[in-house]
Amino acid sequence: MSTSRRDFLKISALGLGAATVGGSAVKAAGKTIFSKDQVNKLMMKRTSTYCEVCFWKCAGWTYSDNDGNIKKIIGHPDDPHCNGRLCPRGTGGVGMYNDEDRLKNPLIRVTGKDGKQTFRDATWDEAFEVIAKGMKKIAKEHGPECVALFTHGSGGKFWGHMLKAYGSKNISAPSYAQCRGPREVAWIGTFGEGLGSPEPLDIRDTKCLVLIGSHLGENMHNGQVQEMSDAIDNGAAIITVDPRFSTVAGKSKFWLPIKPATDIALLLSWIHVLINEDWYDKDYVEKNTYGFDQLKAHVINYTPEWAYGITTIKPDVIRKTAKEMFNASPSVIVHPGRHVTWYGDDTQRLRAMAILNALLGSWGRRGGFYMSDGISIPSFPHPEYPKPTRTWRDAFPGQFNLADLALANGVCDATIPSADRDCSFKGWIVNGTNLIFTLPDIRKTKKAIESLDLLVVIDTMPMEITGYADVVLPECTYLERYDSIRTSRHREPTIALREPAAEPKYNSKPGWWMAKQLGHKLGLDEYFKYNDIEEVLDWQLKQVGSSLEEMKRIGVKKFKRDEDISLYFAKGEEHEFFTNSGKIELYATSFADEGFDPMPKYTAHPEPPEGYYRLNYGRAPMHTFSRTANNPNLTDLMDENVVWVNPKVAKVWELKTGQEVWLENQDGIVSTFSIKVRVTERIRWDSVYMVHGFGHADKKLSRAHGKGASDSELITNVMLDPIMGGTGMRGNFVTFHVDKPSKGGLL
Amino acid sequence: MRYAMAVDTKKCVGCSDCVVACQTENDVPIGYCRDWVVESTVGTYPQLETEIRSERCNHCDNSPCVRCCPTGASHYSDGGIVLVTKNKCIGCSACIQSCPYDARFTHPDGYVDKCTFCLHRVKKGMEPACVAVCPTKCMYFGDLDDPNSPVSKILKTRKYKVLAPEAGTKPNVYFLI
Repeated sequence: MSTSRRDFLKISALGLGAATVGGSAVKAAGKTIFSKDQVNKLMMKRTSTYCEVCFWKCAGWTYSDNDGNIKKIIGHPDDPHCNGRLCPRGTGGVGMYNDEDRLKNPLIRVTGKDGKQTFRDATWDEAFEVIAKGMKKIAKEHGPECVALFTHGSGGKFWGHMLKAYGSKNISAPSYAQCRGPREVAWIGTFGEGLGSPEPLDIRDTKCLVLIGSHLGENMHNGQVQEMSDAIDNGAAIITVDPRFSTVAGKSKFWLPIKPATDIALLLSWIHVLINEDWYDKDYVEKNTYGFDQLKAHVINYTPEWAYGITTIKPDVIRKTAKEMFNASPSVIVHPGRHVTWYGDDTQRLRAMAILNALLGSWGRRGGFYMSDGISIPSFPHPEYPKPTRTWRDAFPGQFNLADLALANGVCDATIPSADRDCSFKGWIVNGTNLIFTLPDIRKTKKAIESLDLLVVIDTMPMEITGYADVVLPECTYLERYDSIRTSRHREPTIALREPAAEPKYNSKPGWWMAKQLGHKLGLDEYFKYNDIEEVLDWQLKQVGSSLEEMKRIGVKKFKRDEDISLYFAKGEEHEFFTNSGKIELYATSFADEGFDPMPKYTAHPEPPEGYYRLNYGRAPMHTFSRTANNPNLTDLMDENVVWVNPKVAKVWELKTGQEVWLENQDGIVSTFSIKVRVTERIRWDSVYMVHGFGHADKKLSRAHGKGASDSELITNVMLDPIMGGTGMRGNFVTFHVDKPSKGGLL
Repeated sequence: MRYAMAVDTKKCVGCSDCVVACQTENDVPIGYCRDWVVESTVGTYPQLETEIRSERCNHCDNSPCVRCCPTGASHYSDGGIVLVTKNKCIGCSACIQSCPYDARFTHPDGYVDKCTFCLHRVKKGMEPACVAVCPTKCMYFGDLDDPNSPVSKILKTRKYKVLAPEAGTKPNVYFLI
C-alpha cells in the first residue's frame, strides 16, 4: 500500500455524496505562509462581522494577524443566529477573501475596430460615468421606472436607496419568487403575517418536527440545524417527507418516501385525519380560527386511503404520523421550508401546511412558532424619494396581487419588449446574484438581457451574469467592508455590526461607497449627505442607545423584548390576527377575494415520460447557491456535484458510480458539462438528484469552471404560481447520455 | 489524564465544518485535512440507514505509529495525545503505513502531520476547534479520568463503538450509535 491512500481521505472529506464518487486528487502543495507555531505566537486582532456567505447572516469575530492577514472567523457566542458556531461556509468565508479569481478592477464593455466586444479595465470614475450616462438616458427617454435592481445580500440596501432616489422602486430579489415567496403569501393568508428570516421556529423545544421536502442539515440554516440537534437530544420525533433519503431522513422516526409532486394529497389527508379523529387543539381552533366548518367539509373525502393511491404512503403510516403530531401538539412544527417554488401550486401547498399548524395549535406556542421581536433602526435622514408613476406590477394587470414583494422573474419577463406596455425595462442593476443561475429558463433571461440598454453587475466574483454586463463593479468581500446594521428578528431583539477586518484587496470597493459615488454622478447628492458609512452607522446606532464604538467592542448587542409582545400566547388566550376576519384563516378570505381556492386542493402534475426522470435539486451544507463554487476552502470539501441515480435505473442504463454522463431535459436542452453518477439507494427510481450551483461556464473561475453540471440550465419548464407569481422548477425531466452529445447547452 | 473524544453519529449531518475549522485553526494547507467525514448507507430503498462520522486520529493508547517511528518524532504527549515533532520527522512515512485509520499525511513541508486534538487550545482550557465549531454539537471532548468531563458523561449514557477494534490499537475516539 502506498501513501497515496491519502486520496481516499481527501475524497471522504468531501462529505456526503462524494464519498463514493471520486473528486479531485490531493492538489499540489499550497503556499504555507505560517506554520502553526508561528501563528500561535502572533497576537491576533479581532473585528466584528456578520457572515455574507449565505442569508442567515451569523455574527462572528474575524481574527487577523499583525500583518493584516485574515486567519479565521469564529461565531459570536451572543448571537442567536449561530450561538458561537459558524457553519462550514461561515468558517470557510476566509476563502472568499483569499480567492485569487476575484473581480479586481471595474470593467467596461468595449467594441473594437473589428467589431469584437471585450472588457477593458477602467477607473472607478470612468465606470460611474458610463453608468450615470446610461441611467440618465433611460430616465429621459423612458422614465427612471425602467431601471430595475436585482439584489441578494447586504449591499442591496445601498443600491435600493440609490435607485429609489433616482426614481424607481423596482427592487426585486430572486430569494422571493424563486424561493420563499409562496410560504410568505400562504402565511400572510392564514396567520396575517409572513415568516421572514430566520423563521420563528421554536425547534429546540419542539416534540415533533415535520419536514416536507426540507433537507435541514443539507441546507445549513445554522440556527435551525443547531436547534434540530437539541431537539434530537431531547427525544423529539422527526417526520421527514421526501422522495430522497436525505441526511435528516436518516435521523427521523418516520421517513415517508413520497412520490414526487404529490405532497398536497398527503397534507390534505393529514388534515382529514386530524379533524375526523378529533386530533386537533379544540380550544385553540375554536378561539382563534375562522372557517373550521368549511375546512371540515372540504377535506371529507381526502382520506388516507385516497392519498395512498396518489402518494404511495400507506394509510396506516398517514394515521400514525398524524397521531404523532397530535400527541406532540402544540409543541409541533410543520416546517414551512425555505426554497418552496416547486410545482406552481406552491402557495396552496404551503397553505395546507399552515392549516396543519393552526389545527395543532402550534402558532404562538412553545415548541411550535414563537413570536419574534426585533429592533428597528431609523434610516439616515434624506429627502423624500420621488414618486414613481409605474412599477413592475403594471406589466401584469390584475395578476399576482397577493405577492408582497417584487417578482424577479416578473421584472425579467417585463424586460422583453411587448406592444402592450408603454415601457419595458431598459436597465438592470444586478447586485450579488448570478441571475443566469438563479432565474429559471436561461433562454428567457438571455432574451431579456438582449433587450437592455444598460446592464450593471456588482459582485465579488466573476459569474455567468458578469459576462453579459456593460459595466462590472468589483465589490470587496464582507470581510473588507462595513454594511448596514443587522437587525433581524429573533426570540430576543439583537443587532450586529459588520466592520472591515482588512483593507479591500485589489481595486475592489464596498457597496455603500459605490452607491454614493454613482448617486453623485446622477446629481443625487442630497440623498447621500455623509462623508462615509461610519458617520451613518454611528448616527443610526445612537438612535437605539448604542454607538459605533460600542458595537466595535461587543459585535452583537441584545435588547429587551417589547413588554407588550410575549414569546408565546398565553394559555386559552384569544388572539387578534392581521387577517380580514382577525382570526387564523383556515378558509382564506383574501384568497377567495382574488378568485383563488380559499382552501387547498390537490392537482395532479405531469409525470416523467418513459426514459426520463424528475430532476430534483438541493443544497450541500458546504455551499451556498452558485456563489461558493470557487471558494478555495469550500471546493476543498466539495468541488463538483454528482447526479444521484437509483441502482435499478443505473442497471437499465448500465451506469456506474463515477461515470460521466450528460443530461438532456424534456425540451432537448443538454447540460453543457458532464456530471459524475452516484449510484445510491437513497434516491427513488423515478427521479434523480443533484446539488444546485455547479457547472460554471465562466473560465475565470479556475476551480469551478466545468466542474459538475448546472441544474439551472436544465430547468426550462417553469410552472408559474398563479397566486403570487413564483416559478415552480420541479417539473423538469432528464435523460442520460453516456457519450458527449453533439448539441451544446445554454451556458 | 486521558484525553478522548466522542462523536454522535445520530446528530452529525456531515457538513464538514470540522474540516474547515481545523484547516483555519491549524493552518492546514488547502488540499489536505486532519479530519474528514465518512458516510455509509445500508439497505435497499426505502428500508435504509445511514451513519455519518466525523473522523480523525484516534490518539490510540497502543499506537502503531508511535511504535514504528524510527526517530521518535511520533510520541505520546499530555493526556495520551499522539503528536509528531516535526523537526525530528524524516518523512519516511512508516507511521502512515502503520495507521489503520489513515489519519496521517505528509505535509507539503516534508514532515508527517495529523490531528493534535488541538492541544494548544486544550492547554488553555478550550475545546478542539472541530468540537467548538460543530453546529450540531455532535462532538464531546475531555479527560476520561474525570468522570464529570463531557466525554465521560456521554459515554456513560449512550451506546458507542470504536473503529477497527480488531487492530488492537485501543483508540480514544468513540462513535455514539
